[in-house]
Amino acid sequence: MSEEYSLEIVNPEKSFLLKDDVTEVVVPAYEGEIGILKDHISIISFLKPGIIKVFSKSGEDSYYVNDGIIEFKNNNLSILTSLILNLKDIDKGKISEIQKSAEEELGNSEISDQEKYLLDQKIEVLKSIN
Amino acid sequence: MASLDDLKKRISSVKSTQKITKAMKMVAAAKLRRAQESAEKGRPYSDKMNNIILNLSGGISDIENAPKLLSGTGEDKIHLCVVMTSDRGLCGGFNTNIIKKAKLYFQKILDEGKTLKIITVGTKGYDQLKRVYGDNIIERISFKESKNVNYFDADKVGKTVIEKFENKEFDVCVIFYNQFKNVITQIPQEQQIIPLKTTDEETNSSDDNYEFEPEEDEILSNLLPKNISTQIFKAMLENSASEQGSRMSAMDNATRNAGEMVDKLTIEYNRSRQAAITKELIEIISGAESL
Repeated sequence: MSEEYSLEIVNPEKSFLLKDDVTEVVVPAYEGEIGILKDHISIISFLKPGIIKVFSKSGEDSYYVNDGIIEFKNNNLSILTSLILNLKDIDKGKISEIQKSAEEELGNSEISDQEKYLLDQKIEVLKSIN
Repeated sequence: MASLDDLKKRISSVKSTQKITKAMKMVAAAKLRRAQESAEKGRPYSDKMNNIILNLSGGISDIENAPKLLSGTGEDKIHLCVVMTSDRGLCGGFNTNIIKKAKLYFQKILDEGKTLKIITVGTKGYDQLKRVYGDNIIERISFKESKNVNYFDADKVGKTVIEKFENKEFDVCVIFYNQFKNVITQIPQEQQIIPLKTTDEETNSSDDNYEFEPEEDEILSNLLPKNISTQIFKAMLENSASEQGSRMSAMDNATRNAGEMVDKLTIEYNRSRQAAITKELIEIISGAESL
């Protein structure tokens, strides 16, 4: 039996990625990373800022996401995100820009602990990319 | 009857108007293609979002504790209407249709003795509403500077709406926009986004249980605000496609009308020229006869 399932990543502007030969996807879920293999139980979860790793027959790809929701059902994985960047052709300037605005936001004292945590996470991930 | 010179001037002015409308039609057609494309590309996101929410809300057992955005405040007193129009005119009935639809709704709300609050998105809507409903408009938003519809603009509108909801400034939120069907037809829509209206038949269609991480409630309370932005974004995409479509057909009509006008004026011009010639001939002949 094949070990592949299909993956769709959409952002508000378009369908970002559509793949049928995915063997494993590792996503930065809210409470830690999750690796999803074929025949995983149906799941809905949130993403925090981080790296999505996609393993497929044709190779391995990594993407940075700002946030997102994943839904896995009947061997279909959908990822909805507002911002996604392919790490292969990433623009360092853009990363620094996001990082800077995140740092600025962190300086704002009115944000909740939860937001603070997410921003910290974001900055950390961005630093590791740069 | 207008003199030959006047006719000539009018013909040339109609011709130059025709040139402008023709150019506008071309521009609208080019923009339409892009807008239509992005409206179609944006659909999977909002569809998926809707699906997930449907699955989630179907799984919610305790309706009492459901997030307010889903179940509403339990009251129905203050209505917030987000009227989305364009920033530019000359697009046929595009803005008027939305306004007409919205005004009907406003009247209904006011007749029922409820409070009405309005947010206008796009300057044209504000211009048309300010005279009658000026006092009801609590905010106006315009994205004149941004060239294309983008998610961050929609998110801004969404956040404004949610902030107002959390401050208990309204109970029900409705958005008005034009749905793009094809170039000739755009259907003005009203869509209630708070509290979320789920179509009842579909809610319990999913019999499989999801695993949630984190808890359902937390997911819902995170997801619902996002869904509002998404719905607004969808509306904006539909709107921009509709605007271009509407402008294209309006300009097409204008160009055709200008063509007809030019034909009519040309005939009139030729006739009066001929009349002048005939008159002169008669004068010469009768002058010669009298000799």
